[in-house]
Amino acid sequence: MTTVIDVQNAVKRYGIGDSSIFALDGVSLKIEAGEYVAIMGPSGSGKSTLMNIMGALDNLTSGKYFLDGIEISSMDENALAVVRGRKIGFIFQSFNLIPRTTALANVELPMAYQGIKGAERRKRAEAALAVVGLTDRMSHEPTELSGGQQQRVAVARALATRPALLLADEPTGALDSKSTHDLLDLFDQINAAGRTVVVITHEQDVGERAKRIIRMRDGKIISDESNIRRAS
Amino acid sequence: MNIFESIKFALRGLTTNKLRTGLTTLGIMIGVMSVIILIAVGNGSSKAVQQSLDRLGTNSLQIRPGERGFGGGGFAGARQRGGASSAVPLTIADAQALVDPINAPDVKQVSPIMNANVTCSNGTSTSTPSTFSGVWPTYFEAANAQIATGNYFSADDVTQGRHVAIIGSTTATELFGTDNPIGQSVRCGGIPFTIIGTTKVKGSTGFLDGDSLFLAPITAVESSITGYTGLSSIIVEAKTATGTNDAQSEITTILNTRHRIKAGKSADYQIFNQASLLSTSASSSKTFTVLLGAVAGISLLVGGIGITNIMLVTVIERTREIGIRKAIGAPKRVILSQFLIEATILSLVGGLMGVLGGFIGSHFTIAGTKPIIVPSSVFLAFGVSILIGVFFGGYPASRAASLRPIEALRHE
Ligand SMILES: Nc1ncnc2c1ncn2[C@@H]1O[C@H](COP(=O)(O)OP(=O)(O)OP(=O)(O)O)[C@@H](O)[C@H]1O
Ligand SMILES: [Mg+2]
Repeated sequence: MTTVIDVQNAVKRYGIGDSSIFALDGVSLKIEAGEYVAIMGPSGSGKSTLMNIMGALDNLTSGKYFLDGIEISSMDENALAVVRGRKIGFIFQSFNLIPRTTALANVELPMAYQGIKGAERRKRAEAALAVVGLTDRMSHEPTELSGGQQQRVAVARALATRPALLLADEPTGALDSKSTHDLLDLFDQINAAGRTVVVITHEQDVGERAKRIIRMRDGKIISDESNIRRAS
Repeated sequence: MNIFESIKFALRGLTTNKLRTGLTTLGIMIGVMSVIILIAVGNGSSKAVQQSLDRLGTNSLQIRPGERGFGGGGFAGARQRGGASSAVPLTIADAQALVDPINAPDVKQVSPIMNANVTCSNGTSTSTPSTFSGVWPTYFEAANAQIATGNYFSADDVTQGRHVAIIGSTTATELFGTDNPIGQSVRCGGIPFTIIGTTKVKGSTGFLDGDSLFLAPITAVESSITGYTGLSSIIVEAKTATGTNDAQSEITTILNTRHRIKAGKSADYQIFNQASLLSTSASSSKTFTVLLGAVAGISLLVGGIGITNIMLVTVIERTREIGIRKAIGAPKRVILSQFLIEATILSLVGGLMGVLGGFIGSHFTIAGTKPIIVPSSVFLAFGVSILIGVFFGGYPASRAASLRPIEALRHE
């Protein structure tokens, strides 16, 4: 097995002096290819911060992060863009759709940046939207969609590029139980196809679907164990 | 991603916020348009000044009686006659002496003028022409007085002192109404004159009606109306504009000899040089143009600040969007090219509309001036607006695109 994510003694500090906060306070973590990991913990425990580091969206105060064996801080702008576009599918806690742009165009966007041609792009975007059940909402803009629908567009956008690593920050936060169930089934399929999935969640039953559960508190990992019920 | 894709993205970016796009375009348009029109107005008015100066002629000199002389050709001058050293300042003989190919080779022609202030009458109709002058036929060319009907009077008419006259349209209407004045007789100061021609309508300059005009042979005017009191002025035309100064010194030599003005003493006549008059007018019209140019520059600056402002706000407003794009794999240069293309399209469209507006606006008469477009101002305004648009659209976009995605995403 190859190591996809290798976080070594990661520290992320916000602010300076007495008022500074350690969002990550010495986190070390390895995730192998094909794993399905849930990260859980109370609000403010540093889950999103860790996820942003893993997604190469933010940098560390100290410590190291290797993605597929390459240290992120050593990469230049273009290499980072390629990593973010091709390797990683990121589902944000706050959706982060491009405003005043249709669902379809939003889903097409990462593929456009990868240079995938118009027709192919459209086909894949439509397929991804169909998977999340939004075929009839493709030409709607984010403000014309409900929170759950926006979240599903964000999921479709992350899936359409067929990333090797799927990072999802509270992907079910705005979904009803039926949609949650569908999405988790989808994650299972993706994982079964050999892709690595990392999900942040508050919800116990969402975490239970993963094969490994990491718990955080105050910027530290307090437990890291395989999920006996799911691990094969 | 290829260039077409980038342009498509840019167009989508522009159409997603139509109001902002519209306002930015409008701002650029007004900036460019006002610069073009303002400079065109400045140019138009300085051209107008230039034209009226051209009409005066650049190579003419005007000689007038000096301080000790008697301007205006009134009767008062008669008292002075006979005084040996203080003779009548300017005489026909002076004028004739200036027609001298040997001593005054740069003089083309000489035109003595004797003005009078008299009332003419035709039965019960009367008229007091603003210009009632006794002249030589050379005057017609010097003063650019062209005949509309009838004929000029001839050199022979002058020698013979014939009582013939050429009148302007205002005088003709005042004296004869709608009748044809040619061949008719009028009495001016009690002296009969036969009308032999009328001049083309000249229009008025300032308070002076150029068509309230009565021109007769100088001999007739002097002998019967003003008396030999000294000329009002002599207009001398130099052969070339560059020869004007030479002509002036030739005239000075001749007149000083004739008037027995000793070296170093002040003359009893004055010479006015149109060329020097022209240069002062030209410099004042230049000042005017520079002033308008400065105003135009300021308005371009203000317009530029407007464009800058909108571009900055646009980019700041879209920093979050830039963050999203980076997070899903957009390379910096792609984001940058999108924003640069957006800025370019905005400035191009706004600039072109401004140029169009400038051309349309310049067709109207503004503040009494017919604007004349200066091509370089069009390029300047257009170029500056595009430079500003692209720079201030591109620079903040490039800064935003350099942020880590998470920083840009946190931007609200
Ligand atoms: N930009 C920032 N500046 C200052 N402090 C920050 C910043 N971002 C996060 N933090 C702090 O870092 C800590 C971890 O935040 P993080 O977003 O990782 O929490 P989380 O575990 O994702 O919480 P939640 O479950 O509510 O999303 C929090 O205390 C938060 O206040
Ligand atoms: Mg979070």
